[in-house]
Amino acid sequence: MTTTLDAPASGPAPGPGAPFRPTKPSVLDRLRDVLTSPKSGPVLVTAALFVVVFVIGGLRYRGFFSGQVFLNLFVDNSYLIVLAVGMTFVILTGGIDLSVGAVVAVSTMIAASLLQSGWSPGAVIPLILVLTSVLGLLVGLMIHVFKVQPFIATLAAMFLARGLCYVISKDSISISEPTFVALAVTRIPLGGGLSITPSVVIALVVVIVAVWVLGFTRFGRTVYAIGGSEQSGVLMGLPVARTKVIVYVVSGFCSGLAGILFSFYTLSGYPLTAVGTELDAIAAVVIGGTLLTGGYGFVLGSVLGVLVLGVIQTIITFEGTLSSWWTKIFIGGLLLVFIILQKVLTSRRRR
Amino acid sequence: MSAVLTRIVSSRLFWPIVMLLVLVTINVIAFPGFLTITVKDGHLFGSVIDILRNGAPTLIIAVGMTLVIATRGIDLSVGAVAAISGAVACSIILSSPDPGSVGTVVVAVAVALVIALVLGLWNGFLVSVIGIQPIIATLILMTAGRGVAMLITEGQILTVNSPPFKALGSGFLLGLPVAVVIGTVIFAIAALLTRRTALGMLIESVGINPEASRQAGVRARGLLFSVYTFCAFSAGIAGLILTANQTAADANNTGLFIELDAILAVVIGGTSLAGGRYSLAGTLVGALVIQTLVTTVYTVGIPPIVTMVFKAAVVTAVCLLQSPATNAAFGRLRTRLTARAGKGITAS
Repeated sequence: MTTTLDAPASGPAPGPGAPFRPTKPSVLDRLRDVLTSPKSGPVLVTAALFVVVFVIGGLRYRGFFSGQVFLNLFVDNSYLIVLAVGMTFVILTGGIDLSVGAVVAVSTMIAASLLQSGWSPGAVIPLILVLTSVLGLLVGLMIHVFKVQPFIATLAAMFLARGLCYVISKDSISISEPTFVALAVTRIPLGGGLSITPSVVIALVVVIVAVWVLGFTRFGRTVYAIGGSEQSGVLMGLPVARTKVIVYVVSGFCSGLAGILFSFYTLSGYPLTAVGTELDAIAAVVIGGTLLTGGYGFVLGSVLGVLVLGVIQTIITFEGTLSSWWTKIFIGGLLLVFIILQKVLTSRRRR
Repeated sequence: MSAVLTRIVSSRLFWPIVMLLVLVTINVIAFPGFLTITVKDGHLFGSVIDILRNGAPTLIIAVGMTLVIATRGIDLSVGAVAAISGAVACSIILSSPDPGSVGTVVVAVAVALVIALVLGLWNGFLVSVIGIQPIIATLILMTAGRGVAMLITEGQILTVNSPPFKALGSGFLLGLPVAVVIGTVIFAIAALLTRRTALGMLIESVGINPEASRQAGVRARGLLFSVYTFCAFSAGIAGLILTANQTAADANNTGLFIELDAILAVVIGGTSLAGGRYSLAGTLVGALVIQTLVTTVYTVGIPPIVTMVFKAAVVTAVCLLQSPATNAAFGRLRTRLTARAGKGITAS
């Protein structure tokens, strides 16, 4: 749909295939096309929103306009970025994963309890990633083989993971293992007094890999194709079954990794960690312009979505008098605005 | 004989009832007095009554949820609506000069329910007029709703001391807990309205194909508005019962995860999330299964918080048993068995 509209922009003149286009599209027309396209429109709006909110913060509060405040958005939300990346894969196929928050919690619990009993981090971290990927695989198989709705299958996984947290321990377990502590306190200097944490580096690597996978591999194209129309994908002979299962493995892996990053951040495991985080992740993906029905969206949009949520959180912290529940109301309001925006953009395109 | 058996096994209520019976049996073995019901001061007491009372809020919400799911929708916001309704009622009772009077409680309950209705209209508006997918439309209120409830309670847990309000949660009426009576009334109203009139069929037609039913003259938009409003209304009532039971409104924890329990009850009851067909009786069995499961976990002596693992096992089991793949496998098994039986007859 969008490729036909983009084609004249890349070629020197409209070819014989487009005889009905009387004049070359003006810059304004092209701008309107980009803005109203379901592919890039919402991402651009989110980017603009991020800039506007950041500037508002900068005008209102002293010290807001600093590089470190910006970098802290990544430091504080590196786990959410990883979660949103996994969720983007799932939502692009038209599915949803409600289990991510609970999987984060169970990962922190496993990490904390195993480290406490003397396991080495070199064994714990791979074990968690394998376990959460296997959980994702089971969920994917349940969805694909048994035709259980993604919503229900991931709900069951959520109950399972949350329950397992309490099986491990009812109380918070602190982590004092040297490697984890080192990873938690290490700051990577970027010059000019700015610094980031190793978690940020890990999150950015995940983002880069995800961008590459979705944009430049056969698997990525199949993910988009399934979101566009699963039936067409099957008819085209794409490996729909395998891809549909793998996106849940990806999401499970990302949730496990996010859990590990979260345990670097808090240095503890707690059964009630990350209640409602699945909603933050879904909200970030939606605000980042990924269509909930699947087929359209970018990983970088989801990262932008996380940054928007993060900057709102930062403003609320700077404001001081606004209580944290305003965050929930703001996120809800933003979700509404962006969903209506998606609706308007996609319906304009269909006409 | 085998035809009757096949019909029983293929009934959508078969697996949920089997599950309920298994749970009850486990309870009776672990705790022989499980089925005993005693009468004290004209009120009924016993484990079964406890199950009914504690399961009432889930059942009430699940009834609303069943109708929403029948239209191929889903309502994730019921927990938040329950929290808001409880918060509104408690803050009104607290701010009134006479918290113990019946008048205050009636006003508080009425205002809370009106607000629940408004929230339901909001969900209905997003789904039917704006045309947002139900799971997302209600996700908005699910996210923002707890924030709103916090705003009402100003981040505090509001503890009220009002006997008439408390009665809503732990009082008795005609020997039965008030919550059970309310649950029965809501269930009866929903069943009568949808099964004794054409309403149920119209709801199902919207669930099967909203566009086709609109062209056939069904006012799909109005129906969607009504089911979401009814669902939010029942969530409001459940919120009042939960709050009254604890005599406190806790914006964070009132009705936490109750949307999932309600959806679970509906799914266990055999209603497909794909819409178009529903069973209120199934939902009733589903809600009882969930509450009995919770009680079983208590009786057997497993830490209650671990219930979520068992809930996960039940959802998975029910979903797998009801899935087309399993049905097909059972079908193959049955044909093979009958084929073998047929061969045996011809051989003799």
